Amino acid sequence: MSIIFEKSVTGRRGVSLPACDVPPASGIPGPCLREEAAELCELSELDVVRHFTALSRLNFGIDTGFYPLGSCTMKFNPRVSERIAGLEGFAQLHPFLPQLRSGGMLAQGALQLLYELERVLCEIAGMKAFTLQPLAGAHGELTGMMLIAAYHRAKGNRKHVVLIPDEAHGTNPSSAGITGYTTQAVPTDPVSGMLDLVALESMLNDDTAAIMLTNPNTLGIFNSEIERVVEMAHRYDAQVYYDGANLNAIMGKFRPGDAGIDVMHINVHKTFATPHGGGGPGAGPVGVREHLVPFLPISRIQKRQDNTYVLDYDQPQSIGYVAPFYGNFSILVRAYAYILLNGGRGLIDVSENAVLNANYVMHALKGRYELPYDRPCMHECVFSASRQAEYGVHATDIAKALIDRGYHPPTVYFPLIVKEAMMVEPTETESKETLDGFIAAMLEIADEVEQAPESFADRPRLAPVCRPDEVQAARAMDVCFNG
Amino acid sequence: MSFIANTDAQRAEMLEAIGVASVDELFSSIPDALRPQSFRLPPPRSEHEVMEYFRKLSQRNYAHLTGFLGGGFYDHFIPAAVDALASRGEFFTAYTPYQPELSQGTLQAIYEYQTQICRLTGMAAANASMYDGGTAIYEACQMALHATGRSRIVIGGGVNPVYRKMLYSYTANLEIDFTEIPVTHGQSDREAVFAALGEDVAGVILQNPNFFGVIDDHEDIVTHCHERGILVIQSVYPIAMAMLKPPGAIGVDIAVGEGQSLGIPLAFGGPYLGFMATSKKLVRKMPGRIAGRTLDRNGREAFVLTLQAREQHIRREKATSNICTNQGLCALRAHIYLSVIGKEGLKEVAQLCHAKAEYAKERFKAIPGVSVMESSPTFNEFTVRLPADASEVAGRLVERGIAPGLPLGRYYPGMENYLLVAVTEKRTKAEIGHFAEVLADVLTTYWDFANEQSARIDIQGRRS
Amino acid sequence: MSESDRKYAKSHEWAKLEGDVVVVGISDHAQKELGDITFVELPTVGTSVHAGGECGVVESVKAASDIYAPIGGDVVAVNGALEDAPELINQEPFAGGWILKLQPADVTELDALMSAADYDATL
Repeated sequence: MSIIFEKSVTGRRGVSLPACDVPPASGIPGPCLREEAAELCELSELDVVRHFTALSRLNFGIDTGFYPLGSCTMKFNPRVSERIAGLEGFAQLHPFLPQLRSGGMLAQGALQLLYELERVLCEIAGMKAFTLQPLAGAHGELTGMMLIAAYHRAKGNRKHVVLIPDEAHGTNPSSAGITGYTTQAVPTDPVSGMLDLVALESMLNDDTAAIMLTNPNTLGIFNSEIERVVEMAHRYDAQVYYDGANLNAIMGKFRPGDAGIDVMHINVHKTFATPHGGGGPGAGPVGVREHLVPFLPISRIQKRQDNTYVLDYDQPQSIGYVAPFYGNFSILVRAYAYILLNGGRGLIDVSENAVLNANYVMHALKGRYELPYDRPCMHECVFSASRQAEYGVHATDIAKALIDRGYHPPTVYFPLIVKEAMMVEPTETESKETLDGFIAAMLEIADEVEQAPESFADRPRLAPVCRPDEVQAARAMDVCFNG
Repeated sequence: MSFIANTDAQRAEMLEAIGVASVDELFSSIPDALRPQSFRLPPPRSEHEVMEYFRKLSQRNYAHLTGFLGGGFYDHFIPAAVDALASRGEFFTAYTPYQPELSQGTLQAIYEYQTQICRLTGMAAANASMYDGGTAIYEACQMALHATGRSRIVIGGGVNPVYRKMLYSYTANLEIDFTEIPVTHGQSDREAVFAALGEDVAGVILQNPNFFGVIDDHEDIVTHCHERGILVIQSVYPIAMAMLKPPGAIGVDIAVGEGQSLGIPLAFGGPYLGFMATSKKLVRKMPGRIAGRTLDRNGREAFVLTLQAREQHIRREKATSNICTNQGLCALRAHIYLSVIGKEGLKEVAQLCHAKAEYAKERFKAIPGVSVMESSPTFNEFTVRLPADASEVAGRLVERGIAPGLPLGRYYPGMENYLLVAVTEKRTKAEIGHFAEVLADVLTTYWDFANEQSARIDIQGRRS
Repeated sequence: MSESDRKYAKSHEWAKLEGDVVVVGISDHAQKELGDITFVELPTVGTSVHAGGECGVVESVKAASDIYAPIGGDVVAVNGALEDAPELINQEPFAGGWILKLQPADVTELDALMSAADYDATL
């Protein structure tokens, strides 16, 4: 499909603007002015509508079909959330409005909403307080590590090592690294699929600033010894960070705060169904136990005795600003809407059905695909295409074959500790019929691998493109249209 | 309201297939002792009830005030096509394009967005977006530190104070030195900048127009920096780029900015869009997602994510960036906005903003006791000095239905009487005139009944 | 099989003494593990590195891998051909795909490296 700039016709306009009702101005000195106009498109509104409609039809989303991309919780995004986020009183609210005198009174609806969301997240996670500011999951991890660093600094602790299990999320090491820590990987016990406590014991010492846990981990396994891990870490005043990316599995079943977790983040775009938008925006609220509350980012929302809400900037121990304002507000609005729609009972149903769906798929496929850790999973399960690889068909080939059958593939080659990994996360919003269709497709593929392994190389055949040359893309670096 | 499809009967079939008696058996790995001590949340509610609850909350926000608030975040017109197209489910319910065969729409849109940003900024390559303008500055700063191997960053006092605060928070645990450059006559103090350019300086961060709306031609600073191997980072206002000399034209190394003005609602602070573009030389050091054009195995044109090897999930603790995904949907909105506004449209938007702001200045100058800071040219935002505390004056204007601008005292101690006023193409001559009249009226009334304030005003000599 | 006329580091670089300089590259095994090389970040001529210090990055589609100096010294030359043809590392890892040349600070550091046979035994 041609590039939008190739469709441009000199002199064509797409939008009309109000006529200028004030005298024209020309006070800007020549050297400050642009010499040539920016070469933007010249298109009619219809040209633009057709272009983007055509682009959208080359995409696969949850709305198009089953999207079991492990670790990403691709559940249905309710439409009412979009309507709510679009309400004028939210969408048109200027973030600096509270800075006018008594300005907090001009945004009471927004502040109340954020305050209430903080409270429900505290209840869901068992934490003392939440900041809603982090703008994404990885940004939440960074914020959490900044909180831990501030805590140790305040106590005069000189610690520089963060321990990260090798079954944790892939973004954890960089979040620790960017905060100035060095990281060490804690190995996974090959039988249980949980982190190796003996190894952990040998690695913990006075240098340990924190340990970052993902539980359920990236194998979809819940670490039942989490309380022990927390206790071991606390012996050295190491803080325990909990990557809440997999919260969808445990609502109403386990609260990180109850196990003594010090700091955690929640990916609201996963658990609370805010749209993934082709890769963002998301939001990654961070929850803490009481001792970390003074370090939370500026500003904090407080409720006054007269039931009004106020932004509190007076936080002398705070780590400062992690976002320009109060977080990705309209994403947070959607998340809160989703929580209220489901209610407490509904959130428990979410986790129960997410886990049921994942176990159903796991059970149906484990006869034909290698299951490295054969035990009940949580909300996702990790297979290995190792049996298929013996026929020369790899995880990526299976992924491409699924595309031809109308499914988005699972996450492949992650987690790194499983060779030929295929990570399936069905989510609770998918029906048994959909799962049965996917299972049938996977079983057909398993047959085909044995019967005609050579037929996989040129898949997918039914997609707009097939296996773009990534090597050439990285070498040539055509990243800006110059036609 | 539940979004679960399976019926009780289906659940029973599934449990039987798995071979367990109950769903709870599937949770047996969570010990009883770890089960929640509390889970007190509201009961489920219907779609209608939830909608009404939020409608009432939204009505308690004063989003309808006539807005002259800016400070880096602006109330620009958003064409209807932006919402209509960006809300197509194929775009907004997709995720990061890991499978290029199923994501050509997203990938081509990103490639086109990158091109839009390059054309706007005059740079060679752009990434597919960062969280916001502040994180973009932080990432640019990291890029400069890594590219030069040096440890000091020089930053202009005219860079958005919110972004400066973010930068200092992010780097609190790292060994980075900062030098802040004061603002003189609204512009970066040249003597101070040049004096700060020592051998340890990795990069200089500037903003144009700066936080006070002042246009500053940074070409001389770029020349000085490049003679010393220092990289220049310039944060720019994308709408102003239709009129002002873009960073690429003066040799800036990394251009960044807040893309909210490009079709993204103010939404009480986000989600927004950080954009970043750089020179050909530095493109491989640029963090974030980047889409590239290539061919598929059948020779068809295709788009893929490229330069992913340095991303944090692969590079892990060696990754230099925390940006994991991008603001895909916001970047898409910006792309649709620029496509439908077009080349002439964006110029018109910029001219309207500038002309209306100049008109507002003229009106304010005529108000006794008010002076407009005019030592340097401005684009669509300017500073006025009031004869009283700007925050208090603003509070009184709000009572009359006007959000008059940003009081500067919080960010610039000593500037408690200054108000930063922004004017976009959405404000009419009549609204601007009304603002000026109400301001004059409020000041007169205020002086008349708040006698205790008069002494302070007299000392400052601003009373006319 | 690795070339036997040079020494190898655990981190998969090779080092070959040519006159009084040491040529450095990555092993055939390493290039195969990385896959098609898309970009090589070369060090600046004149920089000093210690044994085990980072002196460049080799990028493929699936990984970005640091190059560690097998011995200490000053970088006296880099293989500029890799800027336009990084695939040379895949095609000729032991010849045209060399990465940099070091003026060794202490040439006996080479003795601490592995022989080709010992290196191959670790793979």
